[in-house]
Amino acid sequence: MLKVSDLHAYYGKSHILQGVNFHVGEGEIVSLLGRNGVGRSTTVKTIMGEVAPQGSIEFKGQEIAGKKSFEIAHLGLGYVPENRDIFPSLTVRQNLVLGMKSNKPQGRWNIEEMFSMFPNLAERGDVHGGALSGGEQQMLCMCRTLMGDPDMIMIDEPTEGLAPKIVEQLAQLLQEIANRGVSILLVEQKLSIALKISKRLYVMGHGKIVYEGTPESLLKADDVRGEWLEV
Amino acid sequence: MLEVFIFATLNGLVTGLLLFMLASGLTLIFSMMGVLNFAHASFYMLGAYVAYSISLYFGFWTGLIVAPLIVGLLGALIERYGLRRVHQSGHVAELVFTFGLAFLIEEAVQFFWGRDTKNYQTPDLLDFPLFTLFGQEFSAYRGFMMTISIGIFIALYYVLTKSRVGIIIQAAITHPQTVANLGHNVPLIFMGVFGVGTALAGLAGVIAGPVLTTFPGMATVLGSIVFVIVVIGGLGSLAGAFIASLMIGLLQSYAIASDVGMPDLLNLLGISFARDHPLNDLWTINLPQIAPVLPFLLLVLVLIFRPTGLLGKREE
Ligand SMILES: Nc1ncnc2c1ncn2[C@@H]1O[C@H](COP(=O)(O)OP(=O)(O)OP(=O)(O)O)[C@@H](O)[C@H]1O
Ligand SMILES: [Mg+2]
Repeated sequence: MLKVSDLHAYYGKSHILQGVNFHVGEGEIVSLLGRNGVGRSTTVKTIMGEVAPQGSIEFKGQEIAGKKSFEIAHLGLGYVPENRDIFPSLTVRQNLVLGMKSNKPQGRWNIEEMFSMFPNLAERGDVHGGALSGGEQQMLCMCRTLMGDPDMIMIDEPTEGLAPKIVEQLAQLLQEIANRGVSILLVEQKLSIALKISKRLYVMGHGKIVYEGTPESLLKADDVRGEWLEV
Repeated sequence: MLEVFIFATLNGLVTGLLLFMLASGLTLIFSMMGVLNFAHASFYMLGAYVAYSISLYFGFWTGLIVAPLIVGLLGALIERYGLRRVHQSGHVAELVFTFGLAFLIEEAVQFFWGRDTKNYQTPDLLDFPLFTLFGQEFSAYRGFMMTISIGIFIALYYVLTKSRVGIIIQAAITHPQTVANLGHNVPLIFMGVFGVGTALAGLAGVIAGPVLTTFPGMATVLGSIVFVIVVIGGLGSLAGAFIASLMIGLLQSYAIASDVGMPDLLNLLGISFARDHPLNDLWTINLPQIAPVLPFLLLVLVLIFRPTGLLGKREE
């Protein structure tokens, strides 16, 4: 589905991504872990065309490095940013409409179905996005991206600031989304959710992938966790 | 007295709504670019001239439809091949670009159409009094101007707040990257908004040309008032621009209709001056004479009490 090879990216002169390699298969949930500031968000932003890429990014067999963000989105790659950019002055329903790429809902999702999957949002369809709780905003942001019917989503730190119970819910939802054939790249700092739902995971440190494995192997690799993840 | 008031109100509304046709486009374009487009009123002038030329061959109604389309297309092209490139060099460059564009359009208009006032006429079809009240006539053409402006206002409101495109535009103004990530071509949207904004200015020119006269200075005359309006309303606020447009339209209209002068006020205070007093001109000034200055006076007052304009938000 997605194959990133020797990806480099810069902010001005600082060399943030220094040769990142990883891949995500069809229907897989893959996590990208790492400490603050190692370049996980930069990785997804670069894939999305928000930061200029150097290297190769293949999505569904097609080279997308150098394409514009909206073109990449049209190819079926969705991105849920870490700042949860919901539009506070638009209603929940309008936020969802914003995610649609054409006038008619198509593909896997439509608004009513989305509401049945996310009952908290259903009740608040006409409420302004700004009035939602953090967890609801995160769900909305995710639903909005799904409305564009992506084949893969990259979701950046969805659990940040959420209560454990909501994190639990989110994990189930991600699982369900993957069951519908949407591949997921989950960028996380919390090990718990990543270990629970991912099939494979990568650990990033200082602009490079420093570990690749499965949840089981990572649990055993104490040295990796000690050096590259929070203790 | 009552008839003066009613007619002044009607005329004020006609002017106010016309002003809003310009102010709405300018506001939307400002929200996108972050700078005021100094050439906005030039598109209004172009609309009048292009429609005038078309009307000579194909009549007023063809001009009404075709001229705004031509002006809008020109606006979209200028955004695509001019402003978008200049944008990379920052706001000052953009500002200078729009300034230059305003001069260029004025020169071009004088080059192609000459310096004289054009005899752009209201269509025969609308050359009758719509109604007569207290012996005064309200022309059908003014009624037509009002209808068009209200129609545009409703359409604009509907599109911006209710349609999917409007939602995308609103979101793209504040969060362009997020909207692009959702698969929307933001530069194309901006070009479209610029095109529609200039087309509206052109349309305003088409319908105002016959009554406010079509001459090379018409952009300058209206342009400054439209700037005053968007500042009074609060930069970037459409609702503010609407209120300010009506305020200015009505204010000017009332001022012109009233024949209250300085002498009347001074008499009220029991002061009177000899006719041959050296400051006689000042004492005998009257409201219609200062009507053109009123928008600027209002601007100063609003800025003193609300520096962000009526509905403007303070910059963080
Ligand atoms: N817009 C920017 N301009 C300059 N430097 C930036 C910018 N955004 C991020 N950086 C720098 O790039 C590095 C990687 O940032 P990135 O956001 O990718 O980290 P991260 O792994 O997502 O961590 P976290 O989200 O926890 O902060 C950091 O050192 C950060 O300071
Ligand atoms: Mg991050």
